[in-house]
Amino acid sequence: MNFDPVPFRVSIELGLWVTAILFVLCLPAAWIFARSTRPWLVWIESLGSMPLVLSPTVLGFYLLLLLSPKGPLGAFFLSVFGIRLAFSFPAIVIGSCVSSLPFMLGALKTGIVAIPSHILDASATLGKGRLETVFRVAIPNMRPAIFSGLVNTFAHTLGEFGVVLMIGGSIPGVTKVVSIAVYERVESLDFAGAQAYAIVLVGASYAGVLALNIAQRRAGRR
Amino acid sequence: MPSFSIRKRLVASDGIFELEVAASFPEGGFLGIRGPSGSGKTTLLRTIAGLCRPECGHIRVDGETWYDSERGIFLQPQRRSVGFVFQDYALFPHLTVFGNIQYATGDRGRTEELLELTRLTDHARYFPRELSGGQKQRTALARALGRRPRLLLLDEPLSALDEGLRQALGEELRRIRREQGVTAILVSHSKTEIESLCTDILELPTCPSGELRLAAPAFA
Repeated sequence: MNFDPVPFRVSIELGLWVTAILFVLCLPAAWIFARSTRPWLVWIESLGSMPLVLSPTVLGFYLLLLLSPKGPLGAFFLSVFGIRLAFSFPAIVIGSCVSSLPFMLGALKTGIVAIPSHILDASATLGKGRLETVFRVAIPNMRPAIFSGLVNTFAHTLGEFGVVLMIGGSIPGVTKVVSIAVYERVESLDFAGAQAYAIVLVGASYAGVLALNIAQRRAGRR
Repeated sequence: MPSFSIRKRLVASDGIFELEVAASFPEGGFLGIRGPSGSGKTTLLRTIAGLCRPECGHIRVDGETWYDSERGIFLQPQRRSVGFVFQDYALFPHLTVFGNIQYATGDRGRTEELLELTRLTDHARYFPRELSGGQKQRTALARALGRRPRLLLLDEPLSALDEGLRQALGEELRRIRREQGVTAILVSHSKTEIESLCTDILELPTCPSGELRLAAPAFA
């Protein structure tokens, strides 16, 4: 059995990128979905939840069409930045962002809904603008939700398989993540090799979920 | 002289009704607005603070127009010099008593002064969840006074407290308001609370749904 740690590096890099990007994008979106009463928003919000119910291969297939050199996004990146998106690291970042979106969006929205609106009103009557209120009142009061969004998104991205395989392939050191490494070892009947990768994923996932539950218990006691 | 005249549509459990109320009272005065629950008292305070938008009318404080439907003026709550004591106090749970007041003042000296004024110096490091009802109320009051507002708004400030505490804190409220020289409006369903604290009184009549409420001018 030869154990190659590189897929772990790719997985962790992917997880960090996706978690950071989704946090920044989802915070304002979750705020709008949680606080706005515009009826048409439910149409957009439902689109954001699609990756939960859609087969990753279907998602991956459409993303591949979008990111290929002839697809709208792929063509744009190729002509403007000279980057070929399909089967690249940025492609799996984009794909994983789409497939992990509901985990971050849902957690943040739950956190925002749970903030008592009186404390936001209080901040406004104390002369604080909306942005200051978000950073000094809203975010500190939704820490468990933020933590849950970060951990779930990171863990889900680590476990992502279908979308990554469809748009990233399995290029060692670039797009070959741990879950794909497990698949390939099993394909070649190297069960011991598969075990080495799989057991680390199991351990990491358990640690993440455990940390989440401990944090939620602590928050509940306050 | 602070004055307001507001018409606002309210959605209550038994239908839609219109809150129509007007008053003016002297600067440095303490206006008490009394009415049964569901009569729109809280909405009236929220409207004066800029947290709700009325259908029409005006709000003027210290010669400054905060709202005027005819001239299309609506100042955001951030730009109105108000201090609001919410019925449930709305303290920031993640900040200590000191932090809550400091959030409003942005100035250590002023925060310490307010802690002393509201006798909370010994509790400065406590979080809201560690405070009694009376201490929460005093923290909310100190925070509302933090920016030296032109108008202090109090939403049933004593109603969540038990009888003995209510009297003591009513006394304290009167002293603090006098010392800070701030103009204030208090809403409450309690006649005794208003009569013991306020210099001017306005009654909001009970309003069955659909009926137009008439303006009740306060006697200044």
